[in-house]
Amino acid sequence: MALSDELRDLYQQVILDHSRNPRNHGELTGDCIHVHGDNPTCGDEIDMWVKFGPEGQVEDIKFTGQGCAISQASASMMTVKVKGEGGAKVKTMLEDFRHIVLGDAPLQDEDALGELILLEGVQKFPQRVKCAMLGWRALEQAMGEAAHA
Amino acid sequence: MDWPRIRTDFPILDQQVHGHPLVYFDNAASSQKPRSVIEALVHYYQCDNANVHRGLHELSMRATDAFEAVRGKVARLIGAAREEEIVFTRGTTESVNLVAQIWAQQFLKAGDVILLTGMEHHSNLVPWQLAAKRSGAVLKHIPVLEDGTLDLSTLDSLMTEQVKVFSCVHISNSLGTMNPVRELCARARAVGAMTLIDGAQAVGHVPVDVQAIGCDFYAFSGHKMCAPTGIGALYGRYALLESMDPWHGGGEMINRVTLETSDYKAPPARFEAGTPDIAGVIGLGAAIDYLNSIGIAAIEARCAELTKLAYTRMSELPGIRLLGPESPRGALVAFALECAHPHDLVEFANTQGLALRGGHHCTQPLMKRFKVPGTSRASFYFYNTEAEVERMMDILHQAVTFFS
Repeated sequence: MALSDELRDLYQQVILDHSRNPRNHGELTGDCIHVHGDNPTCGDEIDMWVKFGPEGQVEDIKFTGQGCAISQASASMMTVKVKGEGGAKVKTMLEDFRHIVLGDAPLQDEDALGELILLEGVQKFPQRVKCAMLGWRALEQAMGEAAHA
Repeated sequence: MDWPRIRTDFPILDQQVHGHPLVYFDNAASSQKPRSVIEALVHYYQCDNANVHRGLHELSMRATDAFEAVRGKVARLIGAAREEEIVFTRGTTESVNLVAQIWAQQFLKAGDVILLTGMEHHSNLVPWQLAAKRSGAVLKHIPVLEDGTLDLSTLDSLMTEQVKVFSCVHISNSLGTMNPVRELCARARAVGAMTLIDGAQAVGHVPVDVQAIGCDFYAFSGHKMCAPTGIGALYGRYALLESMDPWHGGGEMINRVTLETSDYKAPPARFEAGTPDIAGVIGLGAAIDYLNSIGIAAIEARCAELTKLAYTRMSELPGIRLLGPESPRGALVAFALECAHPHDLVEFANTQGLALRGGHHCTQPLMKRFKVPGTSRASFYFYNTEAEVERMMDILHQAVTFFS
């Protein structure tokens, strides 16, 4: 019995690898912003620590969490891509990533997201969009708190 | 029993999902409906539809007769002493809320104890949290042991004179545990507590006798036992129902109404304001007739057979953890796979035509108790087959390979 292409697209090897071995996993201490995000209906959770530079760049980022492969892999892949990037670029990445999972608009900067494009498989599984967005919404919240700090 | 023929009574089962034959193992969430129930709804709307209780014309009398006949069917199904002890509700949740609002408002005081268990569905937990908040009563819980049964050794310290409400689930939707409701109700009665049993997973699955259980209230839903969604019932001991104030005000629940005041009908009408779900009740009656034509004991035995097979086969999977006692158990197996989160597994299964449930199953405290973010659950009914269990095993083995 063959697995469907949609399923293979959703769970690509890179995604499964990130879910099993999440990058930037753990906590940051010291001067950083800590946010908590969850999807109460499915129980997925994420705690994220972000250290912003004076210009709003993401100097360091770590996370812990529990949840489905999509939520944890998406967060892991995100941390790899945003670490070291400036605030404006991260904002664009955030908007672009939303377009990737919703498939609702062309990307502004395709190169910036790299292998995160692999998560476009989520488009065929609308109920998983909130899983893919969990880490990104946490980052968005951290950026909001940094702006008001 | 000719189970293959019985399966053909369920038209919905004969379909392909994502290019595979549907395997429906989400029966604990909602069961499928036999043709006779669907036809009863169609017949009612095509031939007899009218409002009940108030019309003197032919259709209204037909609708009223069909509607009221179901009260007796429900009473006989669960062993009530009289049919006036059956209040029609939207289901288990509404039944519990009726008691947790009306009974609690009249009889619960600050400092009283509401004793529940650690395995209650949110629908038998949140209404009591609200009642506790309103009255100042205190919530306590019988803890759940590692094997998924209740820690009855705590009863001596928990079941005290302060306990005014004892409520628990008959069969756990998350563990499959069958609780010793008769013994628990006897203990609760001995301290003078009111008792309510949540029978959502029990009625239509195992023989239920409310008088033998000795409970004051018993709540259940129709849709988990072949009836339509949106209809269920609350059984209440008549003297207790009679002592209770009305719930919703409106038509049908009153005798005389002036601009200033009203007096209320006797139960069950007192708790059934407004036009009821007439078609739903008629569908519930058709479901009871259908289940009785097979026999509840035969259904229980068939479900136990399928569950035993599934439990045995699933325990052979690498990296699986099965929750709840091996036996006796309701017709479900809840499990956690080391390699895959429940939502990933359920997504995987869905693309193969297998309907499982994944998540916290409306029992978040229980998930915390077992230190899992959620579980996957396969739940069975009498129309499922051994071949479907084997098909599920194929899919689970594939999933383990895929996610490991």
